[in-house]
Amino acid sequence: MDEVLLRSLIPGVLTVLVRRGADFAAGEDAVQDALVEALGAWPADPPRDPRGWLITVAWRKFLDATRADAARRRREDREGGLPEPGPAPAADDTLKLYFLCAHPALTPSSAVALTLRAVGGLTTRQIARAYLVPEATMAQRISRAKRTVSGVRLDRPGDVATVLRVLYLVFNEGYSGDVDLSAEAIRLTRQMAAAIDHPEVAGLLALMLLHHARRAARTAADGSLVPLAEQDRGRWDTHAIAEGVVILQAALARDRLGEYQAQAAIAALHADAFTAEETDWVQIVEWYDELAGLTDSPVVLLNRAVAVGEADGPRAGLAALAGLDPALPRWTAVSAHLHERDGDLDTAARLYAEAARKATNLAERDHLTRQAARLHVRLDVHRRRSDQK
Amino acid sequence: MAKYLLLKHYRGAPAAVNDVPMDRWTPEEISAHIQYMQDFAARLEKTGEFVDGQALAPEGTFVRYDGEGRPPVTDGPFAETKDLIAGWMIIDVDTYERAVELAGELSAAPGAGGRPIHEWLELRPFLTEPPAAITE
Repeated sequence: MDEVLLRSLIPGVLTVLVRRGADFAAGEDAVQDALVEALGAWPADPPRDPRGWLITVAWRKFLDATRADAARRRREDREGGLPEPGPAPAADDTLKLYFLCAHPALTPSSAVALTLRAVGGLTTRQIARAYLVPEATMAQRISRAKRTVSGVRLDRPGDVATVLRVLYLVFNEGYSGDVDLSAEAIRLTRQMAAAIDHPEVAGLLALMLLHHARRAARTAADGSLVPLAEQDRGRWDTHAIAEGVVILQAALARDRLGEYQAQAAIAALHADAFTAEETDWVQIVEWYDELAGLTDSPVVLLNRAVAVGEADGPRAGLAALAGLDPALPRWTAVSAHLHERDGDLDTAARLYAEAARKATNLAERDHLTRQAARLHVRLDVHRRRSDQK
Repeated sequence: MAKYLLLKHYRGAPAAVNDVPMDRWTPEEISAHIQYMQDFAARLEKTGEFVDGQALAPEGTFVRYDGEGRPPVTDGPFAETKDLIAGWMIIDVDTYERAVELAGELSAAPGAGGRPIHEWLELRPFLTEPPAAITE
């Protein structure tokens, strides 16, 4: 069974139910029930018309759930039988679902969960496993999110930026549980890009594709992180890079620059370099300057300091770093890297060890500990040599 | 089956036999250690005895209630705190003896020089739900 195809049908089925008069919360529950039934039934007995099957079953679930509502029941009796599936939903309807699920009234974690279920067509169990929380907790998070947006009408466009933030969050989760959330985020962003002509949606899609292209090269066989400069660039996915670059160029030609386009431009410059040495750091610094003008995120300035260190030398990088708050995540790691490039291995080793203690994820912590260890080995060799003299 | 918590300490446990901070190992020794831990968890998954494993950041904050309408008080981290948990693994095993056996294996993870760390791990049984059938 093609689970991705099944998932891609979900938002359309939901919009059909809503158009037939189901409210969003009850309709979404019914679609989820139909989805779970499909996952059980389709492998043995695939339907000829998957979309029609889902609409029929979801509508029946919806009616079952609202049977207590006498008025609805009478209307149902009057109309008799199941309504026709109707035409395929307009892209516009799907888009409204994106806006609703990323509504600014929702917390980021709720918006992510609701988007993955109502737009992404994932089951509550899959979402719970991906985020390492009990299924009951995730179910509650989703129903609370639905209550929060229950008064919101599905007829107004929302803010594209809030949807993009949610999709970006999903992308960054990577591979967790039995769902590839990065691939899922790309699918959802692609679907959104097809529904709305917006340079930042295209920018985010390009950014995701360009980063995703490096995924295989980003971890070694033993699971450890491989920094960009050391990645085997032959393992980068050239198809994803080519697609990302084409999408980005079309977006940039519109001359409405945004932060995702700028980030994608930086990722594209890395993708352009056949070796780390060929990287056009001067142009990357220029893009970071553009980016710094578009967002007040201090993380941008931190990454800019790394780029300055490559373009103008480690001293210049350290000078750029000196103006930033040392409490920033990864500040210490960046400082360690720049000190190493400057030849101050003692300081670098100390800072790598400190950065490892401050790391917020295990892979990064292990990587930074290895960096400290690597420098200590070099320092020990130096010391032994100078002792022998 | 009974669940046990295997606690690894940054501080507070008796000193390990092979007690060298990780950033003083070689990168290869670090990789070997991580591989051992991953293999251990994978093997326990296969035997149906693995429940969960998590690592914790070294620095935390103490928080307490400060009365109606007031924000909670936070304090720390305290450098002098004796006990500092580094992470845990939860296992579900048939006997206490099996739990001790597994904790011993985990403590044998290789460290500096590729030799076992002989690290002290704390083994704590979970308090269980009362049994459904009470025998008197």
